[in-house]
Amino acid sequence: MSELTPYLSPFLSGLAYSMLLFLVAAGLSVIFGLMNVANLAHGTFYMIGGYIGYSVVRYTGNFWLGLLVAPVVVAAIGLALEMATLRPLYKRGHLLQVLLTFGFVFIGLDLVKWIWGSDVHSIDPPAILAWSVEIAGQGFPVYRLFLIGFGLLMAIGLWFLLERSSVGAIVRSGVSDKEMAQGLGINIPAVFSCTFGLGAGLAAAGGVLAAPVLGLFPGIDFDILIVTLVVVVVGGMGTFRGCFWGSLLIGQLDTFGKVFFPRFSLFLIYLAMAVILVIKPSGLFGVEEQ
Amino acid sequence: MGPKMNALSVENVWKRFASLMVLEDAKLDVASGERHAIIGPNGAGKTTLFNIVSGLLRPDSGRVFLGTAEITSLSPDKISLMGLSRTFQVTNLLMNLTAYENVRLAVQSRLKMLHNALTRVERIPGIRERAEEKLTQVNLEHKMSEQAGKLSYGEQRQLEIGVALATDPDVLLLDEPTAGMSPVETERVSQLILSLPRTVTIVFVDHDMDVVFSLAHRVTVLHAGRVIAQGPKDVVRCLSEVMDAYLGHDRSQECLLS
Amino acid sequence: MNSSVTQSPAMAGRYIVLALIAALALVPFLAPKYMVNLLTEILIFGLLAASLDLVLGYTGLASLGHAAFFGAGAYTVGILAVKGHCTSVLAAVPAALLVSMVLALIVGFFSLRTSGIYFLMITLAFGQMLFALVHKWTELSGGSDGCSLGKRPIIQLLSPYLTVDFSDYRHFYLVVLVTVLLAFVALRGVVKLPLGQVAVGIRENELRVRFMGFNTFAYKLAMFVISGCFAGLAGILYMYFNAFISPEELSWVMSGKVLVMVILGGVGTVYGSVLGAGTLLLMENWLSSYTERWLLILGSIFVFFVLFAPEGLVGVFRGAAARWGRK
Repeated sequence: MSELTPYLSPFLSGLAYSMLLFLVAAGLSVIFGLMNVANLAHGTFYMIGGYIGYSVVRYTGNFWLGLLVAPVVVAAIGLALEMATLRPLYKRGHLLQVLLTFGFVFIGLDLVKWIWGSDVHSIDPPAILAWSVEIAGQGFPVYRLFLIGFGLLMAIGLWFLLERSSVGAIVRSGVSDKEMAQGLGINIPAVFSCTFGLGAGLAAAGGVLAAPVLGLFPGIDFDILIVTLVVVVVGGMGTFRGCFWGSLLIGQLDTFGKVFFPRFSLFLIYLAMAVILVIKPSGLFGVEEQ
Repeated sequence: MGPKMNALSVENVWKRFASLMVLEDAKLDVASGERHAIIGPNGAGKTTLFNIVSGLLRPDSGRVFLGTAEITSLSPDKISLMGLSRTFQVTNLLMNLTAYENVRLAVQSRLKMLHNALTRVERIPGIRERAEEKLTQVNLEHKMSEQAGKLSYGEQRQLEIGVALATDPDVLLLDEPTAGMSPVETERVSQLILSLPRTVTIVFVDHDMDVVFSLAHRVTVLHAGRVIAQGPKDVVRCLSEVMDAYLGHDRSQECLLS
Repeated sequence: MNSSVTQSPAMAGRYIVLALIAALALVPFLAPKYMVNLLTEILIFGLLAASLDLVLGYTGLASLGHAAFFGAGAYTVGILAVKGHCTSVLAAVPAALLVSMVLALIVGFFSLRTSGIYFLMITLAFGQMLFALVHKWTELSGGSDGCSLGKRPIIQLLSPYLTVDFSDYRHFYLVVLVTVLLAFVALRGVVKLPLGQVAVGIRENELRVRFMGFNTFAYKLAMFVISGCFAGLAGILYMYFNAFISPEELSWVMSGKVLVMVILGGVGTVYGSVLGAGTLLLMENWLSSYTERWLLILGSIFVFFVLFAPEGLVGVFRGAAARWGRK
């Protein structure tokens, strides 16, 4: 057991990071699985969510309020954007939709710089979580344990929502046969808009939760986007299992990489992506296109 | 290897999609120059069989031979280079290019690439003539400068065949060549298929029984993934299982007469 | 002298282009220094945009990591000069082109196993990877401080009659003009070659092209490498122009800017790339003197074009020319 102790702390940190990744990747994956749109502005939702959370916490002193408000606001923004700009493009092909979201990345980045400036900000974890527990002879932040628990809860909740609830059934029916679903009276455009909003909200929640650990600065949008992209490519785009296991794999790979091979940590995850691309381009749990 | 080599052989092919068994122990032997029809109700596995033979799908087990060469797990482009061409059930052309450009590209695939890499395509000796020859063979020479997407449905189906023929295949797979056609168009395509030389072996899927029994030498009947009958057309036509399953009882008249 | 000849739009277009080229050749003798330099920059980025258009417009592959090949070309020239103590153009140019092409080969080898949206995301990731590499490998690249060229080269052609001094803005402009024009001729020519025809086919319907007997992966890879080569060439020219390169030129912001240039100019046109590059750079120049919120405006323009005019400026011109022709 004592041989494992130096690995315990990074393992738990890796789990916490994995849960954060999962939250963000789930949003991206659901949007892609349903709407076949790769939302490059997903990292922007994450970033704006984090900053809004920061402002709420600064003015009210309440972390939980920030965690509640930010996702709601960003979800609303996402919903509005989808209805106003993405919907008209559905007939015009996926490339244009993706390019559109890329334009939003520029806009979002500059807006953030304008409103909050370029300095690094952070959110303090709430008082009840702001202490450390002794694990393997070292102090380990309880906040990160909270992240693990919260992430797992969200994973179970999302799984329930998608696989077991009637809402999920509607979403899944929209995925497999849009015309049929529409014929049954399901309002596909509304489902799309709400899904997009949900995905944005999930990313924003990730942003708020990550802020005490990863910080807030212009540029975190792309950092998280790239890692999330690797997660969904490795795990398989549009599948829940792929998202979950992909997050676990990449989270651990990245954390252990940073601890044991600091100079090459970034390349470990790119290496994983390259390997998957050669062995199974559709991802570990991805479905090959017929 | 027997005295008579088959142009195309399918041996014991099985294919499953999730929980659905799409092909069960499918087999096929087509002699060189033969015209072989595959018939069966929708969902019987005909297009899946074509997809496996042409390299788009891999069978779970079984083998496919083109002549003596095994083509079972090869990619579609390799199989095409080895001499097998196909058309598609849903028209699958380069819609924004002209009919001529579609056929010319197919002809281009048979040229030595390195030899011609730095020559403008139009200047490659013989390419224009060969493309025009193929277009004439499918009666589209007057439409060759027309965009493929702007051709009529029947003309597009003719172009499909033209593109498949442009690579000078030994074996040609035609997936529902007369689908959705008026009687006039159907007759035109039937005549086209009849006019093709015996150097090309033809395997085709169709639902039009008049077309099937006028063009085919031998027939295979697929039902729910299994071959329920296979043999010369006159024999197959009169098998009671085939009549019950697929043809309907009004065909039985012809059998009583023969 | 012809009276009221209605020339087809294509002929008119050709004359306009020739006139433009003649005008461009005369610029260094007539225009002030800042304008010559601006035009030099426009030509260089026009080449970069055209290289992206080769894969985007002709082969149908949306790549968001093209800045990587541009940066590779520039950095190779810089590193050879600084670390390798080699400032010879004859050595630097082939080396830099080789590096860009090898990089494109590696990136393409992995990313071309996917297509469409996956491909886009993966090129994005690879682009960022190179950015991170350059940022971290400070001993080689100078990290975030960037890499300086020092002295720009002087080439003796038919010496002592013709000396081309890269630090003379007029000489250099003409070097860039000739290089870019030759590159454009080559790029236009590629489409007419068998390779280009297959690429266009792949864009239209890759499955059908495979069934014709083409190994489409190999063709896509070839186009990607050629594209990387021209992007690297643009990078080389940029390094000689600017005498300095930093990791910023490899970032996704740069890749995004190049994509905007292609879209502005019109996907699938070669001249459009220069138009797009020119428009963007001129706007950047003009607007950044008024506001710091340049990215915001860039993003908004992008969104506008995607929503309302995806055929780009050339598409707009073509439409107008067609309407004139019909009169």
